[in-house]
Amino acid sequence: MRILGIETSCDETGIAIYDDGQGDLPEGIVAHRLYSQIAVHADYGGVVPELASRDHVRKTIPLIKEVLAEANLTPADLDGVAYTAGPGLVGALLVGCSIGRSLAYGWDLPAVPVHHMEGHLLAPMLEDNVPDFPFVALLVSGGHTMLVRVDGIGKYELLGESVDDAAGEAFDKTAKLLGLDYPGGPVLAKMAESGRKGRYKFPRPMTDRPGLDFSFSGLKTSAANTIRKEENADLNPESKAQMQADIAYAFQEAVVDTLAIKCKRALKQCELNRLVIAGGVSANTALRAKLAEITKKLGGEVFYPRPEFCTDNGAMIAYAGLQRLKAGVYADLTFKATPRWPLDTLPPV
Amino acid sequence: MNFLAIDASTEACSVAITFNESQFNEYELCPQSHSLRLLPMVDSVLKQANCKLAELDGIIFGQGPGSFTGVRIGIGVTQGLAFSAQLRARGVSTLQAMAQQAYIEKGERSVIAVIDARMSEVYTCYFELDEQGVMQAKTAEAVLKPELVAQYYNDMAIPAYGVGTGWDAYKDLAALKSNPDSPEILFPTAEAMLAIGQIDFSQHSVDAENAQPKYVRDTVSWKKLPGRE
Repeated sequence: MRILGIETSCDETGIAIYDDGQGDLPEGIVAHRLYSQIAVHADYGGVVPELASRDHVRKTIPLIKEVLAEANLTPADLDGVAYTAGPGLVGALLVGCSIGRSLAYGWDLPAVPVHHMEGHLLAPMLEDNVPDFPFVALLVSGGHTMLVRVDGIGKYELLGESVDDAAGEAFDKTAKLLGLDYPGGPVLAKMAESGRKGRYKFPRPMTDRPGLDFSFSGLKTSAANTIRKEENADLNPESKAQMQADIAYAFQEAVVDTLAIKCKRALKQCELNRLVIAGGVSANTALRAKLAEITKKLGGEVFYPRPEFCTDNGAMIAYAGLQRLKAGVYADLTFKATPRWPLDTLPPV
Repeated sequence: MNFLAIDASTEACSVAITFNESQFNEYELCPQSHSLRLLPMVDSVLKQANCKLAELDGIIFGQGPGSFTGVRIGIGVTQGLAFSAQLRARGVSTLQAMAQQAYIEKGERSVIAVIDARMSEVYTCYFELDEQGVMQAKTAEAVLKPELVAQYYNDMAIPAYGVGTGWDAYKDLAALKSNPDSPEILFPTAEAMLAIGQIDFSQHSVDAENAQPKYVRDTVSWKKLPGRE
């Protein structure tokens, strides 16, 4: 079976076709395209929802055309259309929902609304090295930070989540304070590579008490105070760059340590040693290295998608949609965007 | 010629079809629930007309101005239907559709459309009937502070027949309209869009991906970062 996936929940338009390998094509992503709106929002220092919606309605159909052409497939070769129905920005979601639902209607195919976080959670399934159930998943992006026990598709138990900022949000906000363009998280991580250990020390929030919830706003404030204090020092450009890199290093180290401590705790609590990481921050190399170290000590392994499937993309939506379609879950003629949608309310497959 | 028209730009949601000389219309007031009603209504009129999408000559859609999200729901559905059946699409202004409705229902020949645009502004435009029986804009469609509307129509034959939700929201504009009571025509209809859009369809139609909103209000209230304005 073969399915078209449409992702428009935030500031990226992602389109892909996934094939389950039961026909004449090999299993995997047949074609995928991503259009990032970063340039649209950079001047505002964050995602402007109305501008995001306006861009999705321009880009979705052209990307679908490109993906069909690259895959050398026609709509008659498809078995379904999947689209992100939530959580996310309601106006942005509605663009993908309205186009996806009506395309399926016109092509006389089933339409499958997909939970964005289930997409992220299952993204490592698109790789060669696939984790067996059950496993613990850390979903970590600009919008979410959560730990989930996964016993199968749709069998999700929320173990913990951020009580305030998402980890990626803390990265972006700290980057902004260092004068980096939105979204500065990945640039901050790059900066940290030339930073030195030990010059600054930031807190590891909520690691000194039991539980698996996260908090990143205090860490962000601590970094902000340090940046403000150090900015007043009269430094030559070279020393200033080093100071910024050292702050970036210490900040990243604190986020990575915090995430790692909670992951280790979650794995022990669940008596598991397989860890999946997904979402934009899962592309962070320091985080990957640290989590590889932890799971190795537990005799397990860490699994993650290739970098382009860590951030929002259509491939994960196509994959998750096909799992739901095979279980007979698809929409009637209505479509609905659900901006807040707890992951653990999804039915098991 | 056979056409489907759809509109979700305002609190109203409507579809209309003309197929083999028969016309079917559906119209509902369904604020905040267009995404639940639009495709079932499309399906319903197609079935009533015993028509398949591919048998149409094109799709006519409400292009705005109106609720940004509503306009995009209508256009998302238009794009999906048009792309799936390889049809062309043509946008019709919601203001023009209301003016046309005033001609269809009341025989009016000059109309001012004013709709509440929130944020203390209105969307407005002045229309006159042409010899083909279509309401044509005599001014640009504008988003204005209510107090600037009278001045905007200085050169037009005012008062004219008033349509739209803006008159009840801004009673001070009453002198500009000829109908003394609250306007009877408050929302656009796909029926009126069908009447406008099917005339010279091929010259005005576009591919599915180019079926795009006309927001009229092109600014967002978000502030750019210092130095980026």
